[in-house]
Amino acid sequence: MIAEFGLGALWLAAALALAQLLLVWFALVGGKSDLLGAVRPVAVTQAALCAIAFGSLITLFLRSDMSVKLVAINSNTAMPWLYKFAGAWGNHEGSMLLWVTVMGVAGSAVALLERALRRDTHMATLGAQAAISLGFYAFLLFSSNPFARLNPAAPEGQALNPLLQDPGLAFHPPTLYIGYVGLSVAFSFAVGALLTRQVDAAFARAMRPWVLGAWVFLTIGITAGSYWAYYELGWGGWWFWDPVENASLMPWLAATALLHSVTVLATRDALRAWTVMLAVVAFSMSMVGTFLVRSGILTSVHAFAVDPERGSFILALLMLYIGGALALFGVRVGTVREGKQFELASRETMLVLNNLLLTVILGVVLIGTLYPLMTEAFGHQVSVGPPYFNAVAGPLALALMAVLVVGPVTRWRRDNLAEMGRRVIVPIVVATVVLVVVLLMHPGIGIMPLLGLVMAGLVMIGSLAPLWRRHLWRTPLFTWGMVIAHLGCGVALAGMASDSAFTVEKLVAMQVGDRVDTAGWQVEFANILPVAGKNWTAMQADVAVSRNGETAMMQPQARFFPTPPTSTTESAILTRWDGQLYIVLGDENEDGRWQMRIWWKPFVTLIWLGGMMIALGGALALIGRERRGWIQRLRKGAAA
Amino acid sequence: MPMKSKQQRLILALIALVALIGAGLLAASALKDEAAYFYTPNDAKTKGVEPDRAIRLGGMVVKGSLGKQADGVTLRFTVTDGKASVPVVFHGIAPDLFREGSGVVAEGAFNANGTFVASELLAKHDERYMPRELEGMKYDEKTHKVSTGG
Repeated sequence: MIAEFGLGALWLAAALALAQLLLVWFALVGGKSDLLGAVRPVAVTQAALCAIAFGSLITLFLRSDMSVKLVAINSNTAMPWLYKFAGAWGNHEGSMLLWVTVMGVAGSAVALLERALRRDTHMATLGAQAAISLGFYAFLLFSSNPFARLNPAAPEGQALNPLLQDPGLAFHPPTLYIGYVGLSVAFSFAVGALLTRQVDAAFARAMRPWVLGAWVFLTIGITAGSYWAYYELGWGGWWFWDPVENASLMPWLAATALLHSVTVLATRDALRAWTVMLAVVAFSMSMVGTFLVRSGILTSVHAFAVDPERGSFILALLMLYIGGALALFGVRVGTVREGKQFELASRETMLVLNNLLLTVILGVVLIGTLYPLMTEAFGHQVSVGPPYFNAVAGPLALALMAVLVVGPVTRWRRDNLAEMGRRVIVPIVVATVVLVVVLLMHPGIGIMPLLGLVMAGLVMIGSLAPLWRRHLWRTPLFTWGMVIAHLGCGVALAGMASDSAFTVEKLVAMQVGDRVDTAGWQVEFANILPVAGKNWTAMQADVAVSRNGETAMMQPQARFFPTPPTSTTESAILTRWDGQLYIVLGDENEDGRWQMRIWWKPFVTLIWLGGMMIALGGALALIGRERRGWIQRLRKGAAA
Repeated sequence: MPMKSKQQRLILALIALVALIGAGLLAASALKDEAAYFYTPNDAKTKGVEPDRAIRLGGMVVKGSLGKQADGVTLRFTVTDGKASVPVVFHGIAPDLFREGSGVVAEGAFNANGTFVASELLAKHDERYMPRELEGMKYDEKTHKVSTGG
């Protein structure tokens, strides 16, 4: 019954999305503006129905209802409840249901919370949001029904891919989806503003919190995903340029550009057409990402299902929405009036450079990700890997960091080049010191890690410059947000450069009782024992590590899952203030020795610390900008 | 000195153009390297790959060729595509699904004696994952023959 109930709720939600679209259409085009009052309740009910459908699916997974095909394929009674729960979206159909649920909730949030927009723009935005949702409902209902039954019911399920059986699954996909789908709101705003010819500073101020919110979630999702891959795959790397990672990076790059351009539009009323374009591009990248992942045309751990029919469906949706939005942009861009002018030496120009570099990075990542598909169409099979992405994105990212140092200390509208130079003297001195110190201590360091460390020093000092000679308590919260986010970029960059330059790796075969020394650590293989979890068995090593009198016990595992038959490695990670010790247990050799891979990764944690600082900065900026509006609304609500 | 808005737009457009062309050239040159990135043993034999050039070598691990060196962490095996085979040496922990008779993509470079020194091995992740280039390659356990079907 629960499955049919969920499916019914989903159909009703789809019907309401259609109703929402039609209401907006007849109100705005047909002039029946009294219909608009119904749009809000319809949007909220639609979100509630989605939530009911999603809740039904989670219930089915928690109950291990093997008469539902999706549960039988992706779950198993022996799995811990957390993975049964998270398994609801650890598969194609469930993750698309999560997508429409987030979209419905975002739509109702726009309906309820948005007050700054003109009424007709607001309604057009809700109409656009309904149009996007409708396509994804159709996709779910016609080609990816999560509630399909299995007759007869399976006696036992096939279980979730063991690589996904990790607490990370409960957290990473929802966060990323909130970010992806949050960008749909920016897309709908852009469409709504074009339709009602309202592209101006007020529109930008209304759109900004939604962009900021989506961007914060994307940042958290990517950072968490990177750490998850780092400890779960046991390869010691934190970014692999996997197509699916790129699929989350591309919307983030576009959203980062949008975040900065929307600020220019809100503050200075410049870059109107460009900002609208970026809003379209940002959500388009979310959809391209979904297409790449869900169509199965790219192989990856994330590609749950290979199904050409679904691929074509998403491709059609993609062309419909992106094509439609671009066509609308083409028709209406002439009506977007020219924004305010600015001098070449100005904060606006620096933000244009920021946007330019981010867009170019986005372009090269997109080319690298799609290139294998293009050549395959001509009969060649090519894979594009880290050498391409590092060679191309690395230098561009460093240039972007240089802009980041100068931009925040440049004045709006008009500045003076000589003075701009004077303001960055301190960061440049610090960077030079870093350069000299690093070269003295590590003469053999590679050019990219060296540039990375120097640039990290430059960015960390430079990002603090906007606080110079300010009263710290009176500095607005959004300025703090910017400073912390920019500082986070420097911190993350320092971590990346340190990891690539100073990581020490040791690969040994050890017997119980053997000891090795590496990077100042004594590593002793104390014992190895079989252990068992709820749905796996493992060999677990006891590895005693010590440094300068401090000791700790690390327990890497080699796990075996019977359903489906899979082995995984569970790395053991010891975090200290100056880095992480990372141990992976390999295979047992015939002579009874065990392979052990040991890394000492100095300051690698800065990568994710920086990522979280970037997200925190975004959240502070959001609170700082919107606090007053929220308080006013609360007061009004209390008074009414 | 305030600049004319047209002049200023021109400069911004020029900067954008330079950035785009620069990025395009960078991407094209990097892609050119990548396009000649994946080799089968037969490709390597017929086209020739100079030592120390980073490539990907893909094929099947020949049955009975897998051996471990005395240090316990260095593997030796032979990779074949049915037409030619290449000796490979790998220092590291092999992926979980790396085994004889199964597909592998090795990243690394040839040394001067024609042995492929792999720095990374990519094996079948699970039954749903296969290195893209190996799709359709089948290994016959009895005849040790590899067919490139599909």
